[in-house]
Amino acid sequence: MSSKFELPVIQEQASCCCGPATKESENALPDLNQSFVSGFVDTPAGRLPQVSSVLVWQDRWGSIKARWGVGRMEYKVDPGLYTLGTPDDKSLVFVSANYKMSFDCLRQALAGRSAWILALDTKGINVWCAAGKGTFGTDELVRRIELSGLKKVVSHKKLILPQLGAPGIAAHKVKQISGFNVQYGPICADDLPVYLDAGFKATAQMRIKTFPLKERVVLIPIELVEAMKAFLVLAAVFFIISGIGGPAGFWANAGSFGLFAALALFCAIIGGAVLNPLLLPYLPGRAFSIKGILIGIVIALILLYLRGINLTAWPGRAEAMAWLLIIPAVAGYLAMNFTGCSTYTSLSGVKREMRWALPLEIACGAVGIVMWIGAILIA
Amino acid sequence: MKNPIYLKNVVTLQLDENKCTGCGMCLDVCPHEVFKMNSHHVEIQNRDACMECGACSSNCPANAISVQSGVGCANALINAMFGRNDGECCCGPDISNKAASDKGCC
Repeated sequence: MSSKFELPVIQEQASCCCGPATKESENALPDLNQSFVSGFVDTPAGRLPQVSSVLVWQDRWGSIKARWGVGRMEYKVDPGLYTLGTPDDKSLVFVSANYKMSFDCLRQALAGRSAWILALDTKGINVWCAAGKGTFGTDELVRRIELSGLKKVVSHKKLILPQLGAPGIAAHKVKQISGFNVQYGPICADDLPVYLDAGFKATAQMRIKTFPLKERVVLIPIELVEAMKAFLVLAAVFFIISGIGGPAGFWANAGSFGLFAALALFCAIIGGAVLNPLLLPYLPGRAFSIKGILIGIVIALILLYLRGINLTAWPGRAEAMAWLLIIPAVAGYLAMNFTGCSTYTSLSGVKREMRWALPLEIACGAVGIVMWIGAILIA
Repeated sequence: MKNPIYLKNVVTLQLDENKCTGCGMCLDVCPHEVFKMNSHHVEIQNRDACMECGACSSNCPANAISVQSGVGCANALINAMFGRNDGECCCGPDISNKAASDKGCC
């Protein structure tokens, strides 16, 4: 059965000013065959997919894979209107991004309730990032309201949005254009039941974005995977250079210098991409680069101590100096990149930090590499 | 545990108290309690906690708040410096799906 939809004028405007409309946004109804859809409900807006608030192992496994960057950009749901349970015209409407993790987070939090869920086309990006970019935005929300036929299924005019969608949404403009009142719910979907039962009242705690250990930990895998890809290339290069440039035969050199280089780079990556997020609030310095550089210095000192370099001769001194520059540079750079994942750094602040940190990290890395090559050659 | 503060005296947040009508939207949407309400309008109580997300300025019906918000990702800034990817990070609009799916996103 195919439903013909009279797409209202607003859709023309939407595709004109925001670039070519993709196939996805023109199909108003989400696909009923998506794996997480448990049924369907026939409504005045058409046959809508039905989802439950119970997450199954495929949902959790999908989230784990996304955290490791596997299939990350494809981890999305069709944008549009979904039914949670069996909502009626008085049931509440919750708005989410079409990143499946966001969608799952929301439906899981509404256990035992029936509701409408409107998934915006954020290109598979989570609510907060999409809000910052504007894809979880006023235009998309208004467009999705029209495309989904939401007005045909609810008799009220209330939308509940996640608080972190606010950077992209102008609530007063949504009201003006669509007639719907935007209510910002708590930051965390898990607080929704308490928020709803209190009559749409959020406590102060519900509205504050913290950055606890649990949240920092889940951000590690994706940074680590990226860094490890670079590591494999760099370690190979160091290995080969040490083999060629060293005093003895290729494999002997590679063994004495190349292996340590690989170990040093590996530890630097662990320092910047793992230790920094883990210990973030406890590390000295406000700028993330400082935290990373300090971790790097400590790691370098420990490694050099364990290596037992002969500091009375120039090759040894040069090699030690090289690692004292390279490891903090790498760890500092990786720590600096974590600002993009954090919940409290500002763009202006990151710009200010990068102004001194990036040149420093590049310079130290470059000088360190030159000294290391020198140390190999004079060994 | 309270959030540590990032850098001080750097954010571009501006509040025009004369335009403020005291509706309180900014109090609701701000994730770091940057504002507080006094008798008829809001005040900035913790400027250094601001992360320039733009939620307040987007939702101020009186246009009393301005802030330069943008993608606060070091990768995006590095791309901008080298003129790559339109100054966006891995999830920027110009990047092809292939490249984006290789990198993964935050």
